[in-house]
Amino acid sequence: MFDDHLLRDLTPQVLGVLVRRGADFAAAEHPVQDALVEAVRRWDGDAPDDPKGWLVTVAWRRFLDARRSASARALREVAVRRERSPGPAGQADDTLLLLSRCCHPSLTPASAVALTLRAVGGLTTAQIARAFLVPESTMAQRISRAKRTLAGERFERPGDVRAVLRVLYLMFDQGFAGERRPGDADLAAEAIRLGRQLVASVPGDPEAAGLLALMLLHHARREARTDAAGELVPLALQDRSRWDTAMIAEGVAVLQGALVRDRLGEYQIQAAIAALHDDAACAAETDWPQILEWYDELAAISPDHPVVALNRAVAVGHVDGPLAGLRLVEALDPTLPRRDAVAAYLHERAGNTAEAARRYTAASKTAASAAELRHLLRQAARLNRAR
Amino acid sequence: MAKYLLLKHYRGGPVQHPNAVAPMDDWTPEEISEHIAFMGAVADELRERGEFVDAQALAFEGEFVRYGGEGAAPVTDGPFAETKDVIAGWMIIDVDSKERAHEAAARLSSAPGKDGRPLHEWIEVRPFLSHAPVVE
Repeated sequence: MFDDHLLRDLTPQVLGVLVRRGADFAAAEHPVQDALVEAVRRWDGDAPDDPKGWLVTVAWRRFLDARRSASARALREVAVRRERSPGPAGQADDTLLLLSRCCHPSLTPASAVALTLRAVGGLTTAQIARAFLVPESTMAQRISRAKRTLAGERFERPGDVRAVLRVLYLMFDQGFAGERRPGDADLAAEAIRLGRQLVASVPGDPEAAGLLALMLLHHARREARTDAAGELVPLALQDRSRWDTAMIAEGVAVLQGALVRDRLGEYQIQAAIAALHDDAACAAETDWPQILEWYDELAAISPDHPVVALNRAVAVGHVDGPLAGLRLVEALDPTLPRRDAVAAYLHERAGNTAEAARRYTAASKTAASAAELRHLLRQAARLNRAR
Repeated sequence: MAKYLLLKHYRGGPVQHPNAVAPMDDWTPEEISEHIAFMGAVADELRERGEFVDAQALAFEGEFVRYGGEGAAPVTDGPFAETKDVIAGWMIIDVDSKERAHEAAARLSSAPGKDGRPLHEWIEVRPFLSHAPVVE
């Protein structure tokens, strides 16, 4: 018996083989879908010994048929040009080839996320549209524009892994934090699934492993991140018994495998910070000195990144005292998002209740999310009552 | 991607550009048709770019309504005379950046008005509250 996970996992690989053999990206999609439909009908519950080879053979034949009839229609008098000799099926880097094509730098991040979900993740346009809360026709247009942008470009070698990492990170972020209704596709789980496939095809890339670890280490806390009423629960107040310890263990193992390669990058560092939070049995046991060391590493490779500087100030506040953290915060650009929220947090720790309340109120004015807005207002209200 | 509400006002907002002063009933019927056709064309452009979410127009007059207390009828107020801000309609877009949202708003604001001149009317741009970021 085979399940639809097998077909879903094989879809991008089969598409990747066709693209590597020279098929245009948009033109390859239909034959692959045809082959999947054929598989569901013909396999009758039992997958053949080499399901991928079976799918590639059927899809490639369909692709050639479609191309022949299209070219026969358009150019009857022109001799059919010689077919490219098919490359071998079964290479792991087809997934990377396809991913790097969908995450091509010429695409906007949102288009790349949508195209990746469609072509590699195998989600329907309707599912993707629901996840992004836009009409299906808008998402269909976004995906077909992305395909047009890529049309004509040949990708025989995989592109930049960095671009793929960024797109998977955005996909995870959207799925992890966005509100999900029953029946909606789980983009965070999808990003992790694709992250695993990517790591399998570039096992020597520590940043690919770093991103997978980062996603696992955050995903492990997902259940505890909101309360029964759907409100955001800050890390320090989360019920840590609801964290997924198996997922944390996996994330830590993946991260350790990456760190031994001694080629540090931002995803590995962020994963290391997440791992240290995950490792604390309660908020008071958090190893802030070690977290601060990782923030120092992160600041060293992203010296002009204000968000890194802001997050580092929180760690400094825990290690060297809130006033030391505040000095760093006040030196940052006043328009930086979450600057007031961090200042409020540190002022409360320093005992400046009135100033903390004032800064929480100020922070609520520029909150980017409804959950964050409500959280900040509650913090301000709590401190105003305490005075 | 982020969603933005582009609000079009009948009245209210900052001081209008001279082209946007004449009320619509001073325009010719053709000018009104061209204005509406332009709005439709901008919506089509946004659809084609994969950025369109929704567009709705509102009636000029409405009322304010509030709870009147246990067992009592709802309390209503309005419609109001010339002093109040009146929203004419909205468009919701899903775009890559604030700059792109401003560009789309400016495009809407360039709709032709009286004598076919660009209106330069104010469009209010309001970002949606979205989700909280993942990494603390």
